[in-house]
Amino acid sequence: MSGAEERGEARYDVPLTVPGPDAEPARRNGHRRAAAAAAEPTMKATPAAGDEPDTSTDEPAPAPRTGEPGDAPKKPLAKKAVAKKAVAKKAVAKKATAEPAGSGDRPGDVTPSGPAVADRPGDHWDRKVAKGLAFLRRRLAGDYEVDEFGFDPDLTDAVFHPLVRLLYRDWFRTEVSGIEHVPADGAGLVVGNHSGTVALDALVLATALHDRHPARRYLRLLGADLVFRMPVVSEIARKTGGTVACNPDAERLLGNGELVGVFPEGFKGVGKLYADRYKLQRFGRGGFVSAALRTGTPIVPVAIVGGEEIYPMLADIKPLARLLKLPYFPVTPTFPWLGPLGMVPLPSKWLIEFCPPIPTAHLRDSADDPLVVFNLADQVRETIQQTLHRLLERRPDPFGP
Amino acid sequence: MTPGGTPGAPGVVVVTGVGRYLGAHVAARLAADPRIDRVIGVDPASPNPELADLLSGVERVRLDLDSLGGLLVDLDVDAVVHLALVTAPDPQQGGRAAMKEQNVIGTMQLLAACQRAPRLRKLVVRSSTAAYGVSFRDPAVFTEETEPREVPRGGFGRDILDIEGYVRGFRRRRPDVTATVLRFAPFIGSTADTTLTRYFAQPVVPTVFGRDPRLQFVHFDDALEVLHRSVAEEHAGTYNVAGPGVLSLSQAIRRAGRVAMPVLEPGLAGVAAIARSMGFGRYGLDQVDLFVHGRVVDTTRLEREYGFTPRSTAAAFEDFIRAHHGGVVVTRDQLATAEQLVLEGIRQVRAAVRERS
Repeated sequence: MSGAEERGEARYDVPLTVPGPDAEPARRNGHRRAAAAAAEPTMKATPAAGDEPDTSTDEPAPAPRTGEPGDAPKKPLAKKAVAKKAVAKKAVAKKATAEPAGSGDRPGDVTPSGPAVADRPGDHWDRKVAKGLAFLRRRLAGDYEVDEFGFDPDLTDAVFHPLVRLLYRDWFRTEVSGIEHVPADGAGLVVGNHSGTVALDALVLATALHDRHPARRYLRLLGADLVFRMPVVSEIARKTGGTVACNPDAERLLGNGELVGVFPEGFKGVGKLYADRYKLQRFGRGGFVSAALRTGTPIVPVAIVGGEEIYPMLADIKPLARLLKLPYFPVTPTFPWLGPLGMVPLPSKWLIEFCPPIPTAHLRDSADDPLVVFNLADQVRETIQQTLHRLLERRPDPFGP
Repeated sequence: MTPGGTPGAPGVVVVTGVGRYLGAHVAARLAADPRIDRVIGVDPASPNPELADLLSGVERVRLDLDSLGGLLVDLDVDAVVHLALVTAPDPQQGGRAAMKEQNVIGTMQLLAACQRAPRLRKLVVRSSTAAYGVSFRDPAVFTEETEPREVPRGGFGRDILDIEGYVRGFRRRRPDVTATVLRFAPFIGSTADTTLTRYFAQPVVPTVFGRDPRLQFVHFDDALEVLHRSVAEEHAGTYNVAGPGVLSLSQAIRRAGRVAMPVLEPGLAGVAAIARSMGFGRYGLDQVDLFVHGRVVDTTRLEREYGFTPRSTAAAFEDFIRAHHGGVVVTRDQLATAEQLVLEGIRQVRAAVRERS
């Protein structure tokens, strides 16, 4: 247990500026109940335990430690599996030479040792390794499904969510409230405030919603076309459930009963200066409202506090942005001064609150009525803005525990 | 109304492009249908020797499309199936200029002839999902109503847009003719031989770095079925024809047991052009754009109107893999064995460590 507690202490040592390159992110954080942390069983023997997304908050009870629940896709270990595989390859190679002699000497000894290990019901690590390898095999054989938008749930669960989980839970100490306002089934349009110079809030929102929602719903994000112009980034966006922010896609997703996440401020929200933090920008034409109206989908406003402080944008070098064809070129206290180190987000404290859904089913015929659309957009905007103010009062210190 | 033909099914059908794989198979299939009296295959060139015996039940006429008008009138043709499209420039047959000549000018001549044929009541035109063009702002799934946001860079895509434009004009001038435009996804199957099947048949498959396009295929047999039904039944309008579902390119390559080789995107079109001129493959801008953007279409309208669902993209691709297992680099069984070996290895190492401690 001491390991967990030590790291718990270390959390308070997290510098409020940028940590060093080798600094450990705060692992055990204050907002989590001590009991949950204490329930952490004895698994520290393995050095890699620190990297593992811990299960204490996601699992209802520490019992799954012995028998992982069937809803497997939660926390596999792609990265590690790769590393392990490399190690294991060596081991296998070694064995290949050592084994014939070994098995010849004591045939009764070597053979049972394999299954004996596997059958140990409490062997958490064996299960993880097996799962990781199965994942790797599935990926290499192409045995997974991709939907028409390119969403790859297998990859999202195994790689993307665990990575973002480290970020939102351990680095940003995110607290989520009002998750009961997100519909358990059927379509829903989650509308949030955008911030942070780099749109990490979208990733955090999607992962936190998936983790905290009882139905483990995926949030299908709508992104700017700039995202889909960039190689690599575009594919990450698609594979994790994103698609281009346009009405046909939004309506198709909502028509399929998906949960869609949208940030109507767009780049105006992400690229605003630190001085304008938590001031909602213009909502554009309200295309998201007409998509919701046309499909009769409830709108769930969500306020995200914490995103503004991760990369406080002090200035925007517009000529450079134009040269690079970017919507803005940020100057933060750390970027571009510290080079790649400036890419490390500051460990602000995050609060996410989902507000009660706004029904739209009765307004289905008014999707083209600009008055209805703008009124509804304003209502959503006001709700988010007021919730932001309330959350900010609850969080006096942006970098508090 | 049609002597000899059952209601709905036309008596005399002209199929263009019977010298090619698709045309020959469609003509043969229509000739085998007892509801259709005569099938006349038109092609300026004589068909491939392999295709010749397919065409035994088909009357063949060696004719350019510009002299088709007389034939349509003289033979009282009821339906025309236009399949004489070239999807990629062939340097041996005049390259891009000849391709455009055949696709665009050929279609114009055909439509002009059709317009003058008083008895004609059905026109089926092969098109392609390339009609949707490519743009980064494109929706993920195209329905038949989606307008292309940008004119495609590739020659074939531009030809398709032109062809569909002429068909729209024809529809206005001859509203009495049932005009069916079929936008086909790339063909795949055990026997079809296309640019794309040749691409996937290589052991090492070039891809565009940082792009993993969503692809859809239609099985060749399903394409034949849809074309057949378009002639035998009444289905006016434009339809997407593709296997439901999606494969990402990387997934398709892995399923085929091939190895992907990512190539950087800038300058790729130039590299493809050089490779083409040197005789390596026939990848043009059409293919490059497809491999950057991918293309997925909605097939609800086809399924509703035709009462027919093509086999899924994954199933069609599976059929292709089975027929082309020669170039496989990694098999599924090998992967499963490797997984078991590694797992056993880790277990044994851990058991050894535990024993020692």
